[in-house]
Amino acid sequence: MTFRTILMAGTALCAGSAVSAADLEVTHWWTSGGEAAAVQQFATEFEGQTEHKWIDGAIAGGGGTARPVMVSRIIGGDPMGAFQFNHGRQAEELIEAGLLRDMTHVAEAEGWTDIVNPPSLLDACTVDGKIYCAPVNIHSWQWLWLSNGAFETAGVDVPANWDEFVAAAPALKEAGIQPMALGGQPWQSSGAFNVLMATLAGPDVLQKVYGDGDADLAGGEEMARVFKAAEDMRGMVEGSNVQDWNQATNLVITDAAGGQIMGDWAQGEFAVAGEVAGEDYTCLPGLGVIEVLSTGGDAFYFPETGDAEIEAAQDALAATLLKPQTQVAFNLKKGSLPIRGDVDLASANDCMKKGLQLLADGKTMPDVNMLNTEDTNNQLNDLFVQFFQDPSISADDAQARFVSIVENKD
Amino acid sequence: MAAARPLGLFRNINAKIAAIPMVLTALVVFTGGTIWTVVYSFTNSKLLPREKFVGFQQYERLWGTERWNVAIENLLIYGACMVVFSLVIGFVLAALLDQKIRFENTFRTILLYPFALSFIVTGLVWQWLLNPDFGIQSVIRALGWESFDFDPLYNADIVIYGVLIAGLWQGTGLVMCLMLAGLRGIDQEIWKAARVDGIPMWKTYIFIVIPMIRPVFITTLVIIASGIVRLYDLIVAQTGGGPGIASDVPAKYVYDYMFQGQNLGQGFAASTMMLLAVLVVIIPWAYLEFGGKKRV
Repeated sequence: MTFRTILMAGTALCAGSAVSAADLEVTHWWTSGGEAAAVQQFATEFEGQTEHKWIDGAIAGGGGTARPVMVSRIIGGDPMGAFQFNHGRQAEELIEAGLLRDMTHVAEAEGWTDIVNPPSLLDACTVDGKIYCAPVNIHSWQWLWLSNGAFETAGVDVPANWDEFVAAAPALKEAGIQPMALGGQPWQSSGAFNVLMATLAGPDVLQKVYGDGDADLAGGEEMARVFKAAEDMRGMVEGSNVQDWNQATNLVITDAAGGQIMGDWAQGEFAVAGEVAGEDYTCLPGLGVIEVLSTGGDAFYFPETGDAEIEAAQDALAATLLKPQTQVAFNLKKGSLPIRGDVDLASANDCMKKGLQLLADGKTMPDVNMLNTEDTNNQLNDLFVQFFQDPSISADDAQARFVSIVENKD
Repeated sequence: MAAARPLGLFRNINAKIAAIPMVLTALVVFTGGTIWTVVYSFTNSKLLPREKFVGFQQYERLWGTERWNVAIENLLIYGACMVVFSLVIGFVLAALLDQKIRFENTFRTILLYPFALSFIVTGLVWQWLLNPDFGIQSVIRALGWESFDFDPLYNADIVIYGVLIAGLWQGTGLVMCLMLAGLRGIDQEIWKAARVDGIPMWKTYIFIVIPMIRPVFITTLVIIASGIVRLYDLIVAQTGGGPGIASDVPAKYVYDYMFQGQNLGQGFAASTMMLLAVLVVIIPWAYLEFGGKKRV
């Protein structure tokens, strides 16, 4: 255990592979069917519009596995050409250490400040007035996916908001249907809780608690209500013995579960299964309570390489990623929303259109990743995965632990 | 000529030169790395190491964390059970194989075979075996015992025992082989003498044979103990630390906070605690073991 850093350097050395001129190695963790199809659009556009070559460096296993690999390559002195992170505070220290390239010149040449909507996306890329990343899409967490078939079997109407969903839970249970699906991975538990917090207590509360570390608010009346709701949810998810989020989504698709709180990437799964929004499933942005979307998402960062040819390719890639046609091609496959409001997504489905409308109305809030460091997120993961899996922890105890995490966050 | 004995330092000069790389590795990599880790556990290093010292803050947070306490508790349960059961089962199997039975080679191979599998494979195999919908529970229910319940991996209270089963299945074969080697080293004359004196076999094993193969027990104990402290891959493959955080172990905590949580300081503090725990066990033992011999 004690020699992690040496190991880290060792891994970095082993992973080393020579990048020849103008071959740009791009690492990301988009490996599921829909994701891989989406990233292929980037490669096609990049190779079509520029003379550079896209070398795909996909890392399987999701962000938790991929991020440490990428970071160890960068600090081990073998940086790739570009890499995907969720924008926010994940890359903060790499920027401070001067390991990432300042891309302000590309942003100015392409006029990013005028086209990126909402502007908070570009703010998340900005450190000390310099822009370090290219945002490529918007993903929002605040969606409740409901199976119309499951509610039909149970003989109740498809709920229009969270409270109706909770009220319908006993009927679902009686009909032998799992009221709500939740995967066992820690990030899903804390993600679902953050959605409850953003919608039941409101985005302002979330912003104050995570953004300003307001411990009084975290221990207050409004949050107590959220913890009560989380307790309701714990009763509803009991018995859903699945791990991955897409397995949980699959329970909703097959009408074995009533609903799931999951980000808009779940939509890709419904699409692959041939389900139609409005007929086979229903989506409620903001759980039908407060219609608001967080504007997290993915962004590409460009490590400092000191190689002029690589730098030229990096500039070209950054510019390509935000071009209108790239944005349309990519986001339709990914199921996410484009980062510029001036593109036409005519072929978007119902749920995506709801999302676009909310975006156009400015009903947005910052993503939790922009407010919390990975350290804090990890602590929240630990708390909520335990809370949702272990009925012996009371809502009050969980809230007390929540307060202490908020108090000590940085 | 004989008076010009070379200085002690230059005696066996070739051997000493050959040992230099290993000495350097031990000093720089092992000791140096350990000291570096301990020093940085007093900083608030996040993604990258930095020299901003914060005293015992990381340790205070560590011991105030529910997950760490769960991890320590799990390690203690797993460790105690692992030592006791693998020694007992391993020794009994070895004693049984030592009865000059037929097909001994075959049995030995079968029993040692799980050890050839990695912890990852072991974990996955037992994850399926213990899965209530596909594994042991469903087989027994299909045989007609409808109310049979056996799903340790989905019950937070007993999940660590589910992991223990897999660990024992994998590790007991090696213990058995070591014990068997020890038993084979016992002179047959001793058995004959015991038989002449009319000592029952079990008494011979417990009071004569076991004290004689004490060095084998100590070697085995060290091997088992190191396997316990570094328990990580089995957990990751079998339960992923779940349900919730119920099957977490210190090594997983260290990894998660160092890399996923981007909090090196916290990970260093946790790994220092692991080192400390090992030292607390090893130092008194080494003192008794080696300190005692010098006096003889």
